[in-house]
Amino acid sequence: MTSTKIDLGPLVPRRRDMHPVPYDPEYKTSVPRSPRWSLLSMESTPSEETGPRFGHSVLGPLDNNLILNWSKDGTGAIGERVLMHGRVMDEFGRPVPNTLIEIWQANAGGRYRHVKDTYFAPLDPNFGGCGRTITDDEGRYQFLTVRPGAYPWPNRGNDWRPMHIHISVFGHSFGQRLITQMYFEGDPLIDRCPIAATIKSRSQLDRLVAPLDLSMSRPLDYLAYKFDIVLRGRRQSMFENKLEGM
Amino acid sequence: MVQSLDTLIETPSQTGGPYVHIGCIPTFAGLGAVYPEDLGLRAIEDGAKGEIITLTGEVVDGTGWAFRDALLESWQPDAAGKFAGQVGADPKVNGFARFAADKDTGLWSLRTVKPGRVITRDGRLQAPHISLWIAARGINIGLHTRVYFDDEENESDPLLLRIEQRNRVPTLIAKKTAPGHYRFDIHLQGPLETVFLDI
Ligand SMILES: [Fe+3]
Repeated sequence: MTSTKIDLGPLVPRRRDMHPVPYDPEYKTSVPRSPRWSLLSMESTPSEETGPRFGHSVLGPLDNNLILNWSKDGTGAIGERVLMHGRVMDEFGRPVPNTLIEIWQANAGGRYRHVKDTYFAPLDPNFGGCGRTITDDEGRYQFLTVRPGAYPWPNRGNDWRPMHIHISVFGHSFGQRLITQMYFEGDPLIDRCPIAATIKSRSQLDRLVAPLDLSMSRPLDYLAYKFDIVLRGRRQSMFENKLEGM
Repeated sequence: MVQSLDTLIETPSQTGGPYVHIGCIPTFAGLGAVYPEDLGLRAIEDGAKGEIITLTGEVVDGTGWAFRDALLESWQPDAAGKFAGQVGADPKVNGFARFAADKDTGLWSLRTVKPGRVITRDGRLQAPHISLWIAARGINIGLHTRVYFDDEENESDPLLLRIEQRNRVPTLIAKKTAPGHYRFDIHLQGPLETVFLDI
């Protein structure tokens, strides 16, 4: 945790209307898995304001390179080569440095390396589908990967997931913990996806759609997509009582 | 017109989906040793000070089914109430753990140290508790809750005191089943629905 910053106050309460609804009959698994009763709200305490921190020592050199980190023969994964990059910041626009980001995704054909995934698309022997990195001092991160394929899933009769990369971010506080998904600009399946549609605010859903970023793409090598992430902030005020030992 | 606020809005959550394990605990998910070991494999190292305990439970959906694809994370202080990274914290207590429901039984378990008490910003002493966060397919935004213990002094805990329906308080309290062993089931719906937190 950021034990040296004694001037940080409680976490800014979450704006639940800016998040997906927990219960959405169009996304069938959410029906039995969404709490029915109201959440209990309270000002954050050290349990939510502190959180696990991970150093660069946990990272291997290829952890943020999904094209190579599972490649058995070094040739790399099949698919459209993509650089995913962006910044992690808080609601006050402050960078969130040194925070762990983990991603996972299907291969270029839309198949996950998982016993439960039985889609026809074949596994790529050189693609595992997970990666991780830690943001730099300015909150920036990068992954090199292949663009995941869209895939069908059992929900309504003919539902397909748009191309997407799953993202998990820690931040510095356990109360900032966030899992989300990045979509790709221009994918017509986004507007037909019941999981994307659990977010009822159009402008919020748009924030999960990464634009093509030719300025960061490398000629004759990879395209780039930009995906910035905003985590909950902590109030900073001259009127906060300071926590002892924090 | 007024001045514009320059604050941002938090990125919206999305479900972790059925394959959240691939990203968070790939060795468990069967990807082999893509990392040396899965993150959060142990909440404590050998030699952690305090009472070593094991928590066991299920995550139960609205139909009563203990589902098999839940991913859980825990965060807690050491036996003296210090979080990892704070001055004087027990170096053998990582405080963070990741664990999953068993794919055959739906049972999860966490071996850790009984946490100490931590004071709130306004100076009130909280009862010992472990923070839990649950992600899974069908859960559109991760669920926060807390585990308290039935053999601790819980009566004056500020969070438990905020629960108006006192019959729901036991949903946050682990029951001792044997020395060093506690049971804590998480119910997403139904009469036993766990109190989930917005903090
Ligand atoms: Fe997916």
